[in-house]
Amino acid sequence: MAINWFKYSSPASFYSLAGKMTPLFSITAFALFVAGLYIGFFVAPTDFQQSEAYRIIFIHVPAAWMSMFLYLIMASWAAIGLAFNTRLSSMIATAIAPTGAMFTFLALWTGALWGKPMWGTWWVWDARLTSELILLFLYIGFMALQAAIDDPRRADKAGAVIALVGVVNIPIIYFSVKWWNTLHQGATVSLTQSPKMAATMLTSMLIMGLACWMYSIAVVLMRTRTIILERERHTMWVSELQGTA
Amino acid sequence: MFLWVIQRDLLLAMRQRADVLTTLFFFIIVVSLFPLGVGPEMNMLRIMAPGVVWVAALLSSMLSLERMFFSDYLDGTLEQMLLSPQPLSLLVLGKALAHWLVTGLPLVLIAPVLGIQFNLPMDSLLVLTASLLLGTPVLSLIGAIGAALTLGLRGGGVLVSLLVLPLYIPVLIFGTGAVEASSVGLGASTHLSLLGALLLASLVLTPWAAAAALRISME
Amino acid sequence: MLKVSDLECMRGERSLFKDINFSLEAGELMQVNGPNGSGKTSLLRMLCGLAIPVHGEIRWCGNAIRSLDEEYHNAITYLGHLNGTKDNLTAIENLRISSALAGNEIDESEGYMALRHMGLGGCEILPVKVLSQGQRRRVALARLLVCRTVLWILDEPLVALDSAAVKLVQSLLVQHLDQGGMVVMATHQDINVAAVITKRLQLA
Repeated sequence: MAINWFKYSSPASFYSLAGKMTPLFSITAFALFVAGLYIGFFVAPTDFQQSEAYRIIFIHVPAAWMSMFLYLIMASWAAIGLAFNTRLSSMIATAIAPTGAMFTFLALWTGALWGKPMWGTWWVWDARLTSELILLFLYIGFMALQAAIDDPRRADKAGAVIALVGVVNIPIIYFSVKWWNTLHQGATVSLTQSPKMAATMLTSMLIMGLACWMYSIAVVLMRTRTIILERERHTMWVSELQGTA
Repeated sequence: MFLWVIQRDLLLAMRQRADVLTTLFFFIIVVSLFPLGVGPEMNMLRIMAPGVVWVAALLSSMLSLERMFFSDYLDGTLEQMLLSPQPLSLLVLGKALAHWLVTGLPLVLIAPVLGIQFNLPMDSLLVLTASLLLGTPVLSLIGAIGAALTLGLRGGGVLVSLLVLPLYIPVLIFGTGAVEASSVGLGASTHLSLLGALLLASLVLTPWAAAAALRISME
Repeated sequence: MLKVSDLECMRGERSLFKDINFSLEAGELMQVNGPNGSGKTSLLRMLCGLAIPVHGEIRWCGNAIRSLDEEYHNAITYLGHLNGTKDNLTAIENLRISSALAGNEIDESEGYMALRHMGLGGCEILPVKVLSQGQRRRVALARLLVCRTVLWILDEPLVALDSAAVKLVQSLLVQHLDQGGMVVMATHQDINVAAVITKRLQLA
């Protein structure tokens, strides 16, 4: 099995590979979403404390996972782009940011929807919610910086620096927010003391997590393709592509 | 060399004293606005004081960030700095320290006076000043990265705040936490040592990141 | 000493120049010509290491300048089309600080001598903002008098200078080249540096 991975590090060959892979991931994502939501909404038992409202965690928790994973992945791609000067890695990092921000926003939003019946308020300054909010700011900062820079190469590199600075800071921010939260006890409602989770709940949550991964990969591939086309629009292979299309 | 940079930036600041005073007065005005906004009730103000002073310090430090590299960028001095045989990170460290001396230190010195306005007790005043003394250099150091990244961009000022403010959060938390902890009798030493740790970490790491950012922006 | 091979520069999506090859030995001057927008400044910034070429390599004494970095900076003096002087500092402060930044600390008397030589006698302690364009350029050029570097990279050094100052710069260049220095210079004006090897690079 000798696959020449470097072949796919060139935007042109990645473009066609991504084009073939996107439908695969999209279909898998869709199927998993359907399965996960079905189990989550119809099979999983009703929680005796929270009744039906708890079911939002099947979206909330995977979204929160993805928001964090995607930031790390984005920063790694950006770092690779910065270190090895590979254009494609930076393009992938740029493509990940909106999806990551979307999941962060989704996690916050569903968190608020969940908080209302649970705690009687849309928002509490809980350590996790607050860190998630800051994560959203970090995503927005990354995207705003890249949007403000006209030269794509400079945008890639500058974005990489801010993403890496963010990665170094995330543990510090999380720790400090947690610290801050314990200092101001009071309104805190712990999310971790939930009763033992039924197996079906866990299954559904894992399936949903997998579905979010597939969705993210599909969307990032599509977005990377668009970015490649935009940046390479003056090259030979893109004009050939247009000729055949 | 490093001293040359600091000396030069201080000299320039002395020739343009208005800039320094603007930052300082911005700080004073923002802090003074809060009692007007929330009412003159002394107990509440005393509780709010550390947060208000710290948020104002964050804002005024951020407001002056754009100046850190911009004028050097415009007149070509920054190019010369990039071509200096000295390590660029050392130069950046010098510039960040000069920025702190010009914008951060005055805030530290004026903060006790503002604390009195908020009826803070003596201990809290001391802790507040100490936390600002440890925390404001971190703001200048982290800010240097943001200033370097947004160099010469349109809307750079707003962008800098978007990039830098989330990174300021730990400093804010530990800074205000120190004052609160001391006022409830827990002792501020933990918070202050955490601030000190942040300062050390940023002294080591940020000049390096800001230097990389400057090279990228000047390319 | 300085060797450039296959250099290519992109501005946005447009290729400004490509396949630039030349080398420069001790005592040689290279004049870069070309109309506005042909990439003269970009080329000089690449030679300094400020900009990174999309393609090609620049070597100094056999080593790529990217790897030499600070060591290379010790060997060059760059004078961009911006003077690199601060408006609020005096001429002498500017000269001393910019020299110190370039790793060459000079004392006051040396600075005064250089400024007088550049015809700035009497302006030494005036802030640069009250000086004329030509005088500011002279302040910047005074750095060449005090620096001890081998390779000078000059971007339009003669702009805004009167004929006396142009002569001064010419003699400065001749002296530098006689001592085994090297100069890369972008200029529109024809400069008369007699009896030295002059290479020309024409950018389209």
